[in-house]
Amino acid sequence: MPILRRIALILAPWALVVLAWYAIAYSGLINPALVPTPGQVAARFWQLLFHARLPADIWMSTQRVFLGVLLGIVFAVPVGFVLGWYRTVRGFVDPLINFFRALPPIALIPLVIVYFGVGELAKIVILFYASFFSGVIVMYEGIAQINPIYVRVARTLGASDGEIFRKVIVPLTVPHMLTALRVSLGVAWATLVASELIAAQQGLGALIQNASSFFRLDIIYVGIICIGFIALAMDLLLRAAARRLLAWQERIA
Amino acid sequence: MSAPQQPRARIRFERVSVEFPSKAGPLRVVDDVSYEIGEREFVSVIGPSGCGKTTMLNIVAGFMRPSSGSVLLDDRPIAGPGPDRGVIFQEYGVFPWLTVRQNIEFGLKLAASRVPPGEHEEVCRRYMQLMGLAEFADAWPRMLSGGMRQRLALARAYAVRPEFLLMDEPFGALDAQTRSAMQDLLLEVLQAEDKTVMLITHSVEEAVYLSSRIIVMTARPTRIREIIRVPFGYPREESLHEKPEFGELRSHIRELVMKEYAAQARQTLRNTD
Repeated sequence: MPILRRIALILAPWALVVLAWYAIAYSGLINPALVPTPGQVAARFWQLLFHARLPADIWMSTQRVFLGVLLGIVFAVPVGFVLGWYRTVRGFVDPLINFFRALPPIALIPLVIVYFGVGELAKIVILFYASFFSGVIVMYEGIAQINPIYVRVARTLGASDGEIFRKVIVPLTVPHMLTALRVSLGVAWATLVASELIAAQQGLGALIQNASSFFRLDIIYVGIICIGFIALAMDLLLRAAARRLLAWQERIA
Repeated sequence: MSAPQQPRARIRFERVSVEFPSKAGPLRVVDDVSYEIGEREFVSVIGPSGCGKTTMLNIVAGFMRPSSGSVLLDDRPIAGPGPDRGVIFQEYGVFPWLTVRQNIEFGLKLAASRVPPGEHEEVCRRYMQLMGLAEFADAWPRMLSGGMRQRLALARAYAVRPEFLLMDEPFGALDAQTRSAMQDLLLEVLQAEDKTVMLITHSVEEAVYLSSRIIVMTARPTRIREIIRVPFGYPREESLHEKPEFGELRSHIRELVMKEYAAQARQTLRNTD
């Protein structure tokens, strides 16, 4: 019974949103041609899923995000580590990193197109940029907060520098890596869709862009909802990973 | 632990001074201090907060060096921290990402460990038993109370078989009952395994109850005010607190310490003016 209750409680807000959507569509306040109903959008989704390139678009977008975030994090972790650990280095580099992080990646898209064209490389470059700078800050701020007492204790127990790194620093870094990954994924999705809107043949952003040229509002909705659900699924996966890896922490991200 | 009259000196402070850089020029914290801690002695260092007691412990632990003079460990200079000197910090420093058992195993599994791998499990079990942690072997430290975390820190330090125990206000954060229980546990453990102990504390009561000798330090820059031999043998029991001799010694030391606290407070006022 409690499980059913839980499911009901989780579904309730979603049901509310769908109901509100129906209410707006049927209220007559807005021209019905401008607001497809949830039912119409669901039907369109079904059709696109089996008779069009929606799966390919989803796959394309997801793949780009994965690749971009992977590259971004692979660089953000060591760089964030160095900046977090060596306070003097951080003092010099911090303003520069904040400058680049403050630039919205979307604003760089025109430049990226000039230098890297409109192909896959351009997408990866922009996503790398987005996820690296958002991830590196989370990483080094987290690392800088590590209590030095753990290092001291390890030394008094006889740990070498290598052992301190492997057995103390790395486990303390994992939570910050996971947070960096979550933040990067969020930023990367936003950036990806923007870059696909501007220039792409495939991907959910391209799907939305094409649909808008033909004023296919139902397809636009399908694209938007897919983006939301994929981001949600990724976040849930990461949280599940965090729960397993960070069972020792008081609160789970 | 009943120390002979003239125990072999194991830790030796020779004219040790420590200065820290500050805005107003170098700040002298420890001023020309010399003393010895002998084999199997339990020496407490007591004095006003901020006077430089912790600095002296940090030198023995190998975290820092004196500005002048030298601190010798078995007549050799101290190169750095090592498993021969177990350090117990006030904030425990229990590793939150490891379970109780893994915390105790941490030092055993390091390359520098002097405990053969075959004995790890036995050592681990023994100290969990001794410290009353056996039921919590697989618990995360966040689930433990303050007293239990302190016991875990002690178990972890003990497991690597240090010859010295350096304790920096180890029971300062505990409530009175837990503190008293921890003191008895410490005495009990020391009864079973001889160690040479240096304890930094604020509590006169604690110093008298635990130590074989007490070093009373002055306000900053700290010097030795008086070194007091505690005339009680080991093992000691709670009832010691009620003895008149205990009370007299406590009052004497308390008086010394209070004067130094007042001096330190005046100094702090002057500095903030």
